Amino acid sequence: MVLFEAILSGVLVGGMYGLIALGLNLQYGIARMMNLAYGETLMGGAFTAFWFLTLWRIDPLASLLFSVPVAFCGNWLIYRYLLTPLVRRAANRDVLEADTILVTFGLLFVFQGVALVQWGGEYRGYTYLAVPVHVLGATVALNRVLAFVAAVALALALYWLLRATRLGGALRAIAIDPVAAQLVAIDVPRLSALAFAAGGAIMAVAGTLVSMFLSFNASIGIVYTLKALIVVIMGGVGRMLGCLAAGLILGVAEALGAYLVDPGLTLAINFALFLLVLLVRPQGLFSRG
Amino acid sequence: MARLALVAVGVAVLAALPLVVSAYTVSLLISILAYVSLATAWAFFSGRTRYISLATAAFVGIGTYTVALLGDHLPLPLVLAIAPVVGFAVAFGVGLSTLRLSGVYFVIFTFGLAELIKQLVIWFEINQTKTLARYIFVNAGGTLIYELLLAIAAVVIGGVWWLSQARLGYALRVIGEDEMVARHAGIDTTRVKVLVFAATSAVMSLVGAVLSLRYTYVDPNIAFNSLVAFQVLIMALLGGVGRPWGPALGAVPLVLLFELLSGTFPHHFGIALGLCFVIIVYYLPGGLMGLVDRVRGRAP
Repeated sequence: MVLFEAILSGVLVGGMYGLIALGLNLQYGIARMMNLAYGETLMGGAFTAFWFLTLWRIDPLASLLFSVPVAFCGNWLIYRYLLTPLVRRAANRDVLEADTILVTFGLLFVFQGVALVQWGGEYRGYTYLAVPVHVLGATVALNRVLAFVAAVALALALYWLLRATRLGGALRAIAIDPVAAQLVAIDVPRLSALAFAAGGAIMAVAGTLVSMFLSFNASIGIVYTLKALIVVIMGGVGRMLGCLAAGLILGVAEALGAYLVDPGLTLAINFALFLLVLLVRPQGLFSRG
Repeated sequence: MARLALVAVGVAVLAALPLVVSAYTVSLLISILAYVSLATAWAFFSGRTRYISLATAAFVGIGTYTVALLGDHLPLPLVLAIAPVVGFAVAFGVGLSTLRLSGVYFVIFTFGLAELIKQLVIWFEINQTKTLARYIFVNAGGTLIYELLLAIAAVVIGGVWWLSQARLGYALRVIGEDEMVARHAGIDTTRVKVLVFAATSAVMSLVGAVLSLRYTYVDPNIAFNSLVAFQVLIMALLGGVGRPWGPALGAVPLVLLFELLSGTFPHHFGIALGLCFVIIVYYLPGGLMGLVDRVRGRAP
């Protein structure tokens, strides 16, 4: 029974991992930018929810009305004014990738530094919907269930948008081949910027949801960036449902590892899974070919 | 030949410095020399191949922890010989599993490597030794550390200078320009990449081991400080990664700047560093060496 509870809590966190990996897939798979400062938006969303609740008693879900547009615009500005100039000057894709990694690595430290100066380095958290609910005989907090349901619903909505709408078709075309996409009259720069910004907005939502049940501090972003990267590689770059599934696998593996071995080794479990994928199926677990 | 003699005189003068300058200056020079070696080693692999390693902190920490674990039991020269071997072995394993594939895997893996090793060390210490801190009782004065680091820096820069004109240096450069071309030219790209990554990481571990002689106390958070990776990267970029002297040139002013920053604005350290980073990538793409080349009217 305790084992089942461990698996259940892994699934609940895994939904969140799936969501953040989807956002990264928008940034890396479609906009083709490796953003090492990706997790900083999650940190921002978490702190926004925290301060809105502690200072003004505003519900964390309502804080999304503020943090999502801010994250969207912020990421759009980063893409448009910091990253596109690099595209123009890069000789080839490898140079571009190296440049974006360096710039976003710098941004990571700027954002983290600002948060440290503003809010200090200590861990924060708040109590929200900490009501026990029973799921298949196990007891979990309502906030976790809410976060899981919201994450999966958002992920599925995104999947539907990419699969069934005209806009989604255009985005998938860019993911497959940005040059060919341009030839069939897809506005690649505009839609890439949109995808990048949407990835950031998703991270703000994830930050708000995570803050409901996990504590966080100014340097937490990097942890989620790393998890998102690993999940994207596991699921396959550009594969949306694959990412969701890989997120669940990672969540369950972490929870089982914490329960069976040691809770201090979650990162080691992340890396073990990552290594396994690299050695067995480097193209991703759910990629064709 | 005249140039070589000049370099030899320069090294001799540097070696004699501790006799005349204050202890504080020696400790500053120790930092400069350590970062000169780290940045030069980093640039030789990452600068040329464009596989950006974010794992410098991991290898420095491995060196530090080798001394912390073995310093009490083995003679110092042996410990200093073991540290680079451990660094080499870890880097070899990481390289072998990630460098066969595209660069992204390598970046992601090295991105979390310091944190991963830190977590494993913490887990080991809590479960096996029940302590989280170690004392380093090895007796080494500032002068010895300084001379050791000077020797390392001289060998590293000399080695990089020599290798850049050898087949290996050109092989790395071709890999950085276009890996497909490199493979068609008959370069065993995976072998070159893995071996050079492991060798430069071994240098980092050696520097970490020597630096640890300064400390009397280490814990995983001190040993695996992720800021080190960041500082080394920015020094190499500032100086310019394409030339043997470039990273050393970048290390000197930045060590002084960081010393000043951490003394006066400790909280704003990360922000200042991050901004330096962005500025260098946008406005100094070839580093200071690239700037010199452009002023002289040569192609970068």
